[in-house]
Amino acid sequence: MSVAVKIADLHFSYAAQTEGKPLKVFDGLDLTIAAGSFVAVLGHNGCGKSTLAKHLNAILLPEGGSVSVFGMDTKDEALLLNIRRTVGMVFQNPDNQMVANVVEEDVAFAPENLGVPSEEIRQRVDDALKAVGMYEYRKHAPHLLSGGQKQRVAIAGVIAMQPQCIVLDEPTAMLDPHGREEVIRTIERLNKEKGITVVLITHHMTEAIRADRVIVMDEGKILIDGTPKEVFTQVELLRGAGLSVPATTQLLYELNKAGCKLPPDALSTEECAQALYAMLKA
Amino acid sequence: MSAIIEVQNLCHTYSVGTPFEHAAVKHISFSVEKGEFLGLIGHTGSGKSTLIQHLNGLLKPTEGDILLGGESIWKDKETTRAARFRVGLVFQYPEYQLFEETVYKDVAFGPKNMGLKEEEIRDRVLRAIGFVGLDASVLDKSPFDLSGGQKRRVAIAGVIAMEPEIVIFDEPTAGLDPAGCASLLENIRAYQASTQATVIMVSHSMDEVAALADRLLVMNEGSVEMLGTPKEVFSHAERLCEIGLAVPQITSLFLRLRELGIPVDPATYTVADALRQLLLLKGGKADA
Repeated sequence: MSVAVKIADLHFSYAAQTEGKPLKVFDGLDLTIAAGSFVAVLGHNGCGKSTLAKHLNAILLPEGGSVSVFGMDTKDEALLLNIRRTVGMVFQNPDNQMVANVVEEDVAFAPENLGVPSEEIRQRVDDALKAVGMYEYRKHAPHLLSGGQKQRVAIAGVIAMQPQCIVLDEPTAMLDPHGREEVIRTIERLNKEKGITVVLITHHMTEAIRADRVIVMDEGKILIDGTPKEVFTQVELLRGAGLSVPATTQLLYELNKAGCKLPPDALSTEECAQALYAMLKA
Repeated sequence: MSAIIEVQNLCHTYSVGTPFEHAAVKHISFSVEKGEFLGLIGHTGSGKSTLIQHLNGLLKPTEGDILLGGESIWKDKETTRAARFRVGLVFQYPEYQLFEETVYKDVAFGPKNMGLKEEEIRDRVLRAIGFVGLDASVLDKSPFDLSGGQKRRVAIAGVIAMEPEIVIFDEPTAGLDPAGCASLLENIRAYQASTQATVIMVSHSMDEVAALADRLLVMNEGSVEMLGTPKEVFSHAERLCEIGLAVPQITSLFLRLRELGIPVDPATYTVADALRQLLLLKGGKADA
């Protein structure tokens, strides 16, 4: 398997702000992410998720240990431009990422800065907007779009750089359920169809279920790492880390505690309904 | 029961007379009882924010009226000004509105504008900080040195310190982690229980409002689509999906079970209730 991200013995602290003591985030973190995978990172606020994300394209640099993306060490300044081009970032608030007054100009911003020839920019912008389903809106003003649409434009702006990996830091936190679904579906498609490695930081368990792999972080460490089924069946461990489990998982967990014999890993509503149906008809 | 807010045939149209003319709220009428907890749901653009900005007079109705305690808030200038103190509005991401040097000064800003005495202001600030679950030791800190969740609590305290009869929260838990959501919701619930204030909460999370609200108001395209207890509202799960709202996961599970021929109540929305029904069904089976 080819490796997208390799983190070895990462140490990192934020410098002292007002209280005098530096805030330690990572104290020896190891993590490898396979190229082409869709990884969801969960954890309560302050557990180090965003700090991890910022290490993936050299916004932050390790104090100790190393982070490499597609074989490039993030500490090597000569590789900086290449790293940023390879790993694109999408943040929580799309309004903070919009730079232009027209959707297609906004998407063209990154390739323009990379010095891509103009005919190719045209092509990349069109492709990127089609990939996120926003091509019909290319002449619109970004501020008149809905939250979900804006976030998809922000993703298109990243795709136009043709990155191999996209890191999304709570991209749906400000969206309604409909906008959230639009964004997640777009991410899934980019991963499956274009083979882009996706690292999705989220608080929504229902989004994490759709990843290939779920990593739960707590106090700068990896608490659980596995497939969604392996992770979400560990109800008590998740609760201890300040996280909730999907309501259906909780229901199965409670039923099993009351003596039923149900598969604890029936994650989707349909799987859960079928499991309950089988039990009640037996 | 007495209505504290009455919304009468409210209409609001933005940018009248321009090509961008848009009716955000169309002929809405409903009332909220004193001490009630009302959940307000609807997809983006359904008119929720436009509606709540009318309730304390930030927006003036294009048509219709808002009555507070039986009296129009637009009767005269004084009444309109008073409405802004009687109805506290906590905007989305209220932490963006913090501006003072210390937490104390920020929370005291509202009460100060009400012209209260220094001791009264101090009492209110301390009470408000307690309600939102913060320790008095944060009062001398700069609000900008606090974590995101703490900042939000400071901003909420600033509204609560005015002791409004009605508090409106616009998506108070947006962007918080699950533990942060649960603790903030518990603070809101406890605040309401101890002050008997009327609370209106806008949320995208059905699970969240279902657990707290006495009644839910569902908006769709600027009109009231449904108004009733969570149970009544969730019994129309199909309609909720049609208008772009997600029903609680347990509700969709129970809808599916009904389709499969299992006699469960489709308006179930809590894990506890689901558990009770399923165990009953299973028990009934074992006896038979």
